[in-house]
Amino acid sequence: MIAIVDQANTALWMFLAFVAATLVITYFSARQSKGASAYFAAGRRITGWQNGLAVAGDYMSAASFLGIAGMIAMNGYDGFLYSVGFLVAYLTVLFLVAEPLRNTGKYTMADVLAFRLSPKPVRAAASVSTLTVSLFYMIAQMVGAGVLVRQLIPGISYEAAVIGVGVLMVVYVVFGGMLATTWVQIIKAVLLISGSVFLSYLVLKKFNFSLGDFFASLTAISSTGPDGETQTRNFLHPGLIFKNPWDQISLGMALLFGTAGLPHILIRFYTVPDAKTARVSVVWAMLIIGAFYIMTTFFGFGAASLLGPDYVKANGGTNMAAPELARLLGGEVFFAFISAVAFATILAVVAGLTIGASTSFAHDFFVNVIHHGKEHRPGEEVKVARITAFVVGAASIGIAILLGPSVNVAFLVGLAFAVAASANLPVMLASLFWKRFNTSGAVWGLGTGLVSSIGLILVSPDFMKDPIFPLKNPALVSIPLGLLATWLGTVLSKEEASEEKFVELTVRAQTGLGAEKATEH
Amino acid sequence: MSRDDRCHRIARDPEFTALIKKKAALIVPATIFFILYYFALPVGAGWFPELMQKEVWGKVNVAYLFALSQFFMTWGLAFLYVWAAAGWDRQEHRLLKKFGADSKE
Repeated sequence: MIAIVDQANTALWMFLAFVAATLVITYFSARQSKGASAYFAAGRRITGWQNGLAVAGDYMSAASFLGIAGMIAMNGYDGFLYSVGFLVAYLTVLFLVAEPLRNTGKYTMADVLAFRLSPKPVRAAASVSTLTVSLFYMIAQMVGAGVLVRQLIPGISYEAAVIGVGVLMVVYVVFGGMLATTWVQIIKAVLLISGSVFLSYLVLKKFNFSLGDFFASLTAISSTGPDGETQTRNFLHPGLIFKNPWDQISLGMALLFGTAGLPHILIRFYTVPDAKTARVSVVWAMLIIGAFYIMTTFFGFGAASLLGPDYVKANGGTNMAAPELARLLGGEVFFAFISAVAFATILAVVAGLTIGASTSFAHDFFVNVIHHGKEHRPGEEVKVARITAFVVGAASIGIAILLGPSVNVAFLVGLAFAVAASANLPVMLASLFWKRFNTSGAVWGLGTGLVSSIGLILVSPDFMKDPIFPLKNPALVSIPLGLLATWLGTVLSKEEASEEKFVELTVRAQTGLGAEKATEH
Repeated sequence: MSRDDRCHRIARDPEFTALIKKKAALIVPATIFFILYYFALPVGAGWFPELMQKEVWGKVNVAYLFALSQFFMTWGLAFLYVWAAAGWDRQEHRLLKKFGADSKE
């Protein structure tokens, strides 16, 4: 009993130290943060490596840290396929999206669309899509946070954990804006990488730093099978999770094309001074994210080898594989540290989602759709964003508590990626690179991508016993549908203004002429 | 002279069209390449299990090495892009200067 209390205290103190540090940052950010560009884009003064770390911190969610480690620990190689997809996706961001977005937009993804299309309908549609993606992703993170904190610090209930995470993210975003969010993400990325490096080091040490021995230990992992019999499997063999290869293809499409359509990632590229820095920051992010996902080899497979799937299952389940491995190899203090890292991971991601959603509502919907592109009172845009952040926070706390800890929300992350890939990316690419493209194509594309992704999920194995749609992720079908609707909506109507403005958009996207500048100190 | 007008004049400049062609000449094939290379992994894992299970280095099999190679493929293409883009930056800068608009505008 005393041991449990001590362990809870170590983890709790580490949580509190992290929270205290982030609140100090928020306080100083709030004092600096004056004006819309400061609030929404950190004054566009974040440097390349800082933004790279922040993108990594914004992106690597609890699903990737705890989820992938757990999947590899339970079923081996197939879990590692997630790791690969999460990184390769950044080539889409680097080659096609980051620089043109920075050159032509101001605060949101919809800015790029509104440049040449009729602003009201496309901003409204893009805002709906942004809020949907953010909310799906957010609920998955919040439920995950509640379950996790309850396991990591005994004595804290699911509800208390959800409320705690929700209140903190709202405080960061409402008071500290993008600057505070950025620093929370940077600190989290540094903590996550340090924790992963040390955990990987401890795993390899256990094998006397022999990679050969490490991999050899994975070829015969024993566990209890579905019918209670003991099974021995080679964890380096593919196919232990995915029985239907089309599931992997569909998931791969969602990851590869969805990342470049995730609003909370895209808005990070507005925080740097210019497109060149945006490019550099993507590469920094790719180095950090790639290094992290390669290390899932050591702590994912390491958990399979050193703990074994049965132990993981009996001790908190898949999500606890990495923390339990840390406990085995580094004792209670390291367990507490890894737990605090997991908590920091969730906070940084939900803060990014909150600012993404509130920026889109305030900038796209409130100012540009309802108020025709003008602030009625100075500072109104920021004020609305702050209120929205508060509402988003309250709503996600409410929904997460209502759903409860036992609901399976993992599919929501896949769904967020699928909507981003099927709705957001096609219209953004069409807007940047297709002269003929127009408003009707954008609205059709966004609407179809969104509705088809959600619709297919509702008839998929996650929702039905006899699913009408056999795949877990809808991307394989919803991306072609989104593209088709974008094309059809475009060719069935004519909009000369859009074609005329294409030249200006291309010149500005490709040269940076007239791009938003960083604010002076 | 309106900004819109200047954009049209830049767009007609042979240096600009050459720049766009140069960018496309790298980005289009590189994008097709990484998409094919990436999807070869789930295709291999799903439909060619014998090949993927073949052990190459100790117990390390084709499946793991192919997955690991994706990381280096990604980093390699990223650095190739950054290297090429440094050249594009210089051309853009020259171009904007020629039209009396530096990137400070």
